[in-house]
Amino acid sequence: MPTVKGDGMRGLAVFISDIRNCKSKEAEIKRINKELANIRSKFKGDKTLDGYQKKKYVCKLLFIFLLGHDIDFGHMEAVNLLSSNKYTEKQIGYLFISVLVGASNELMKLVIQSIKNDLTSRNPTHINLALHCMANIGSREMADAVGSDIPKLLVSGDTIDSVKQSAGLTLLRLLRASPDMIPIGEWTSRIIHLLNDQHMGVVTSATSLIEALVRKNPEEYKGCVSLAVSRLSRIVTSSYTDLQDYTYYFVPAPWLSVKLLRLLQNYPPPEDPSVRTRLTECLETILNKAQEPPKSKKVQHSNAKNAVLFEAINLIIHMDSDPNLLVRACNQLGQFLQHKETNLRYLALESMCLLATSEFSHEAVKKHQDTVITALKTERDVSVRQRAVDLLYAMCDRSNAEEIVGEMLEYLESADYSIREEMVLKVAILAEKYAVDYTWYVDVILNLIRIAGDYVSEEVWYRVIQIVINRDDVQGYAAKTVFEALQAPACHENMVKVGGYILGEFGNLIAGDPRSSPLVQFQLLHSKYHLCSPNTRGLLLSTYIKFINLFPEIKTSIQEVLGSDNNLRNPDVELQQRCIEYLQLSTVASSDVLATVLEEMPPFPERESSILAKLKKKKPTAAPEGETKEKEHRAIPQAQINSSETSAAPPAASTTITLGGSSAGGGGTVDLLGLEPTPPAPSAAVSSGLNFLVDVFGDQPSSTTNGFDSTFGSGSGGLTPGAEENYKKFICKQNGVLFENDLLQIGIKSEYRQNLARVGVFFGNKTTFQFTNFVSDLVLPGNLSSALSVQPKPVDPTVDGGAQVQQLFNIECKDEFSEAPLLNISFTYSGKVQRLCLKLPVIINKFLEAAEMNSEAFFTRWKALSLPEQECQKIFKAQYPQDTEQVKQKILGFGLSILLGIDPNPDNFVSSGVLHTRNQQVGCLVRLEPNKQMQMYRLTIRSTKPSISQALGALLETQF
Amino acid sequence: MMQFMLLFSRQGKLRLQKWFTAYPDRTKKKITRELIALVLARKPKMCSFLEWKDLKIVYKRYASLYFCCAIENDDNELLTLEVIHRYVELLDKYFGSVCELDIIFNFEKAYFMLDEFLLGGEVQETSKKNVLKAIAAQDLLQEEETPQGFFEDHGLG
Repeated sequence: MPTVKGDGMRGLAVFISDIRNCKSKEAEIKRINKELANIRSKFKGDKTLDGYQKKKYVCKLLFIFLLGHDIDFGHMEAVNLLSSNKYTEKQIGYLFISVLVGASNELMKLVIQSIKNDLTSRNPTHINLALHCMANIGSREMADAVGSDIPKLLVSGDTIDSVKQSAGLTLLRLLRASPDMIPIGEWTSRIIHLLNDQHMGVVTSATSLIEALVRKNPEEYKGCVSLAVSRLSRIVTSSYTDLQDYTYYFVPAPWLSVKLLRLLQNYPPPEDPSVRTRLTECLETILNKAQEPPKSKKVQHSNAKNAVLFEAINLIIHMDSDPNLLVRACNQLGQFLQHKETNLRYLALESMCLLATSEFSHEAVKKHQDTVITALKTERDVSVRQRAVDLLYAMCDRSNAEEIVGEMLEYLESADYSIREEMVLKVAILAEKYAVDYTWYVDVILNLIRIAGDYVSEEVWYRVIQIVINRDDVQGYAAKTVFEALQAPACHENMVKVGGYILGEFGNLIAGDPRSSPLVQFQLLHSKYHLCSPNTRGLLLSTYIKFINLFPEIKTSIQEVLGSDNNLRNPDVELQQRCIEYLQLSTVASSDVLATVLEEMPPFPERESSILAKLKKKKPTAAPEGETKEKEHRAIPQAQINSSETSAAPPAASTTITLGGSSAGGGGTVDLLGLEPTPPAPSAAVSSGLNFLVDVFGDQPSSTTNGFDSTFGSGSGGLTPGAEENYKKFICKQNGVLFENDLLQIGIKSEYRQNLARVGVFFGNKTTFQFTNFVSDLVLPGNLSSALSVQPKPVDPTVDGGAQVQQLFNIECKDEFSEAPLLNISFTYSGKVQRLCLKLPVIINKFLEAAEMNSEAFFTRWKALSLPEQECQKIFKAQYPQDTEQVKQKILGFGLSILLGIDPNPDNFVSSGVLHTRNQQVGCLVRLEPNKQMQMYRLTIRSTKPSISQALGALLETQF
Repeated sequence: MMQFMLLFSRQGKLRLQKWFTAYPDRTKKKITRELIALVLARKPKMCSFLEWKDLKIVYKRYASLYFCCAIENDDNELLTLEVIHRYVELLDKYFGSVCELDIIFNFEKAYFMLDEFLLGGEVQETSKKNVLKAIAAQDLLQEEETPQGFFEDHGLG
């Protein structure tokens, strides 16, 4: 047994070595249970334990917990230790609380009381313990109770340095837990001046706090810029001996330097010329130091030095204003691309992605194209190769697109499975974006399907079809190419889909060649038919009926196939129906009627999309080049892919059979272009309604990116387009992005407790200009005002460029409701008034509180709610992959519990919850039965109030 | 901001866990399992940084122990490696060439030391001297407070 440091608890050490000596898991559990029983009896016994004993047992419990066992007692004893006047007892008490007691624990009130006492202690070590505890588990409740005392500790001249340090970071934690609680205004200037503090530790801690405050309110903290620059300047120009213990392996104060460099990334380049010059000098010095010979061979030296360098480069990229610095940064990273340290190569690739997006350094980045391609081929670590893919994507423009796409395609053949899907998307986007010659684009996509068919998501092949349909110069080529591709003995099902669709539309363009005569085309497609899934077969059947129109000469061969037993009596209803209807259509309709019904697909509606610009802002690496390039592409119709909005449906849908569309109200399982809800997409990342291919990289609401004009133009009182869909996304979650366009991002953070809600709306100005006359009003339509009471906080009338402001609503639910509150936003941006009307996602289910119960209680209640009107049952098709974990998350997010062991079928979900309003509480029981074979669900909800069952049913139905 | 730090052995046993953001216990266990498997599967010489969910993982192995930190997207990876190294140095200095056993038997000390170094997921004090001074002061208090003589603990309770 190793010696225990200090003069520790011997009993604890003995126990730990006992555990370590256990030969088996069972023996360990036995020993632990024995110990738990012992501790329990000590805690329960009448003999009062002294503080030391208590400390020892609490510590043992902590150890047991850290081994992974649950601890359900001892919390009270730990809280008792907090009020001990012995430091070590207090310390163990706080440790136990920090590790084991959640913020929601009912003992928290007592803990907060102890913290309060310790904060007023004259002993700084006690103050620090209380601060550390808060910094570890700080909550809103703590912020409310003691938050106002911390700033005093932080700036007071009487406070010793170590307490100041802890106070700074404690305040940061409380600020994160409760952004609106802490009265910070009056302290601003004193907090900023901590950057000048003599004690480096205090500055280190304060800088983190100041950065958080700056993010909240950049204007108020603007004064920190010049102080940060001068502090940074003093550090980078100091010799490593100046800073004594704050020098780390010959690098002066790397941690503080990095924090300061990050702080400055919250502001545009300093306006004051002298500050700006000084900052440029700092950055130059850092770049110069990178070229100096290392002062030590230790990796710590180079890591610390390069950490500062990378952060400086981040700042240079952020300022994006000094071409000289940007190009120097790029050259420096270029050197790292071939460094022997994998870590540096990785980071260099990552940073260069950002540089590629700056107009000043884009060309400089392109110089390294060969090195990056080599990295893609030779790096042994997949995460590094992934970075190389990202960088190639970012540095791609029209001049090098063919080469880069070619290299990526080549690499795709051997690429790791984990990155294939993303690569496929990137290749598809680049090919579309930079295609000059659309035959090249068609080749690239067909190659993608050939090389990595399994990873080509529906969006990708939908897109190639849309483009071919909209561009008549490429249709003949496309038909010829798919025809050739289909000749391969084994071709991917996605190829059959694309081939089927394109030949059905444009097969006639190649029918003149006897090698691809109508009959040959038909036989080629039909040779694949039996190997395909029902989805694809349905699509092929539509191709066949289109062939009857295009090529009357092969009508009989096709009718034979449609009329074969195998098809007419197919167990799949959809296929059967198609065959019967198509056969009938081909028999009864005159050729004129056929020609009208089976007309060529109309072009997809043209849509302007600013989505790439959005992507550039959101994830710079994901969008190559700037908007200038994009404009050239506006000429290409950018149709929606599979949105359920009506605009996506072909205009002639009622009279024209779309290839995918079911002609009758059948299952519609193969809808290609949006007559039915989105079919389950192959990957979760691409499952929600996508408007455009590139959207699959974003996790943000997709339908908000229509041009600004369409968003704001009408000025009518109606909802802003996209508002409804985004609102629905919040049914099962509390936080997220409610709206986004080129100017503004609106985020929501909400918290619910019984019938009370606190909803924070964050308005982020994405431009570099100020919004003025900013107003955000909440309207309660209809009788909503009697069901909800809302206390809005006013919001600042100006929002600076790049800044974020918050508006907070405290809401109480008095009675059930079905409508949503409306948020009317208006502001002036570059002289024009902009208006938005959004639905605030305050939904009745938010006031649900999950309830736990055992199976007996559940069934008793279930049976008690047997009136037909108390039940709401829905049967519906799965819209998303039927993934158990995701469904669970949604149910939990909806506000219900997941009750295990109640339903005999483990695939089913059983849940319960209580809906809280001021006037009533309504218990709800829910059962969700997935049928994975049919991809269906049955949902049953019972509650005492029929209207609640219905309301929850309607909400839940849309979620799975 | 650092989200959490995990110390685990080559055998995959968790030796220390520090969470700077609140997660439910179940989630903590799940994250821990996932990350231990992920990191142990990596070969030497591979990059020390990983993308994981929306976080970045930075890890480094010291003898039989892996130190693994999860940081946010705008945090500095290289410097996080040095956060790990500084913590190892602190432990080493305090225990006198630290080994896994020291951390098992003195886990509470390892926590106290971490609190002096990192607070709320941010670096609080980078000076080795200052951190060790604070811990030494704690030890002094402990010595003064430990019961002596008749009440001495024989490790039987």
